[in-house]
Amino acid sequence: MITRHHYILLALLLVLTAFSFLVSFSSGSVDLGPGAVLQQFFNPEAGLQQQVLYELRIPRSVAAFITGGLLALSGVIMQVLLRNPLADPYILGISGGAAVAALATILLGLSGAWVSNAAFGGAMLSILIVFGLARSRYQWSATRLLLTGVVVSAGWGAMINILLTTSSNNSVYSMLFWLMGDLSQSRAGLLSALILLAGFVLMMLQARSLNVLARGDLQAAALGVDVARLKLILYFTASVLTACAVTIAGSIGFVGLVIPHMLRLLGARDHRVLIPASVLLGGSFLMIADSFARSIVAPLQLPVGVVTAIIGVPTFLLILRRSQQRSAE
Amino acid sequence: MASNSLRKDSINSPRNTPILQTRALSVAMGARELFRDLNLTIEAGQCLGVLGQNGTGKTSLLHTLINLRPTDSGDIMILGRELNAWSRRELATRLGILFQSDNDDMPATVMETALLGRHPHLARWRWEDADDIAEARAALTAMNLEALMERDITTLSGGERQRVAIATLLAQRPQLYLLDEPGNHLDIAFQIRSLEVIRRRVVSEGLGLCMATHDINLAARFCDQILLLTGDGEFLLGTTHDILTPENLSRAYGCAIRQVAYEGGSVFFPG
Repeated sequence: MITRHHYILLALLLVLTAFSFLVSFSSGSVDLGPGAVLQQFFNPEAGLQQQVLYELRIPRSVAAFITGGLLALSGVIMQVLLRNPLADPYILGISGGAAVAALATILLGLSGAWVSNAAFGGAMLSILIVFGLARSRYQWSATRLLLTGVVVSAGWGAMINILLTTSSNNSVYSMLFWLMGDLSQSRAGLLSALILLAGFVLMMLQARSLNVLARGDLQAAALGVDVARLKLILYFTASVLTACAVTIAGSIGFVGLVIPHMLRLLGARDHRVLIPASVLLGGSFLMIADSFARSIVAPLQLPVGVVTAIIGVPTFLLILRRSQQRSAE
Repeated sequence: MASNSLRKDSINSPRNTPILQTRALSVAMGARELFRDLNLTIEAGQCLGVLGQNGTGKTSLLHTLINLRPTDSGDIMILGRELNAWSRRELATRLGILFQSDNDDMPATVMETALLGRHPHLARWRWEDADDIAEARAALTAMNLEALMERDITTLSGGERQRVAIATLLAQRPQLYLLDEPGNHLDIAFQIRSLEVIRRRVVSEGLGLCMATHDINLAARFCDQILLLTGDGEFLLGTTHDILTPENLSRAYGCAIRQVAYEGGSVFFPG
């Protein structure tokens, strides 16, 4: 059921998204205030500022928005698929597989597109391994899927540690940035935008079924949902979304876990509201975090994954506290 | 399928078709046979009670009837049509079940939960309209939950959650109600109240009810027929009056059960 409260929430998130884009365009080591950004859009003469805006800032902001949206949407799906509020996009080992492949290419001295392509390949490999091991002839149990994913994840973790401990100092630095999640090299292409859009549309089509599935497999089946088919769709959608996010920016933590929760605490429990709200808030949140990442210690840059946690942890705890007080009243 | 026809035509099946019929139904769990050659019929307006010791297959029978478990042999007909011929969603517009246990870890309000009962009646893109909301509201009111509509279900007590689950089933408006331990967590007033609401619907609209319970007195009060599962594939089936005797019950439960008559009814208790 959608209420006025939900419309207000979505409208505020749209405003927040626009605001975040502006903040994201105007932060960085070259000083370019929000006013200057708007001016540059209408400036016919191409100068350094315009070049910075079009070639550096905008692609990076778009990459941040898309990555944040992908992660938050994937988090929503994983939480309902596993019926576990602690699930996040990486829980089934997708980022582990991507990390091992990406780190291995860094170790070989490659960079750029090599690393992202390897990450995507590693993520896909991990998706198939977990799917192959977790599938049973009779049913898809959330517990079995979760256990398989967590164990495969632990296996990748061990391989990551082997790669880290056996690499030279130089490559360890790039590896750590990749592992913490970093947008400084990121360019999100049209393909990732299309994947986000397709995932969003597909999930909106299933949104009411997701509400039912959140009440458990049996209840969902009794209310007419083809549970096995829906779970298969959810697993592969969430996996591809995560793989795409990891390919763009490495494994940025926190967004996929916390954004859906924040929104649920703000009253968006119905997936028809939660899904669009998560994409908007996830995207905005990552753009803001990335703005901090490149301006706090400018001209140095922090990995954005560190900043998401620094901003996200207190914000989340505050909302959690508020909502507890409200429900106690 | 057009959603409107699905929603509006719903209830009227010909009165002479049984709501539920099984022919030579056998179900096993692993190597153990739960029941063999079961021929059940629930006519429009009838209530069937399923009794038996723990692990005799009461829940398995209900799950089989709603196609959540495979049969070993035999047929199940719902409203005159073979169970497997129904699509999941169509079936959910005719058949509703109250499960014995549900664990609600994911947050949702009471109202949002009750509205899920409307899910099978709505086409994919449709939102719940005023009628659906009115239906859910009426169901919640029938379960005395109108003051809790905006509460999160994860904050409710066990009995309140059971009432939300019953309200969700009422909002679903099925033609056959399958209830697994409807009295779970409920105080005695709500046990009676919820079954009275359902029974009134069943009788006045010509629907069916099949409930599995441990409460012999509840079954005696609300059911026309009793299926008493006695284990090893054996069972007794007949009218409530014929089946609910101290001898049958004592044998089925392996514990002495006595009966006391009062004002036209009777009460069973262990003796």
